[in-house]
Amino acid sequence: MATVELRFSALPEHVRTARLVAAAVARRAGVDEAVLDEVRLAVGEACSRAVGLHRNGGITAPVKVALIEEEKQFSIEVGDQVPHPAPGGAPGALGDDAEAEEDEMGLAVISGLVDDVEVSAGEEGGLIRMTWPTTPPAALPLN
Amino acid sequence: MDLSLSTRTVGDRTVVEVGGEIDVYTAPKLREQLVELVNDGSFHLVVDMEGVDFLDSTGLGVLVGGLKRVRAHEGSLRLVCNQERILKIFRITGLTKVFPIHTSVEEAVAATD
Repeated sequence: MATVELRFSALPEHVRTARLVAAAVARRAGVDEAVLDEVRLAVGEACSRAVGLHRNGGITAPVKVALIEEEKQFSIEVGDQVPHPAPGGAPGALGDDAEAEEDEMGLAVISGLVDDVEVSAGEEGGLIRMTWPTTPPAALPLN
Repeated sequence: MDLSLSTRTVGDRTVVEVGGEIDVYTAPKLREQLVELVNDGSFHLVVDMEGVDFLDSTGLGVLVGGLKRVRAHEGSLRLVCNQERILKIFRITGLTKVFPIHTSVEEAVAATD
């Protein structure tokens, strides 16, 4: 399984918790301190977007966040459980235009911040995967 | 940390001092504050963001909404921000071209163009 997994009810007040946990795990994984602000912002954007999609779609399932520590890299996956229509499918699934604009704004910020980002969507829901390089911590001297 | 808001009048400007985190949870409070000010006839706003620790796209959306409202009354919305991590978000979204961003409240209050 992922290093740390979170599931939270799709409520705006929990997005901050996800940001704090993600930043803490990223720091431990060896993500550069200078990049932690970006990690915090990007995961917040992805979670806010998922919360919005769940609320607009009347989905009661939780938003899922997986924090994955791998060799030389750290990834965060934020998954919503809103079925996304295939391209060319039924329009209007995102509700009105304002909601669609907010959704795009969040994605714009993520793609501006994170070099390595994949956005996928299917019938089961959408997933944003963001990856940052890590530097292994220097071996600490043991007393 | 939650959001803190306070307002004061300087000449014909209303300064809104914002502190804490502006995100999907707290942004509605900022939106209400800006809407209330415009409804009460304050059309020249200066939003002081020096105390802001975190800003996301929801917060940007609220600021853009505020700008739209004051412009409908030929007003202005200026920002005060010196924090690089906050400024970066305005840059990557291209909003530095939309908002006048000042380094101090005094400068923002004195600005006329």
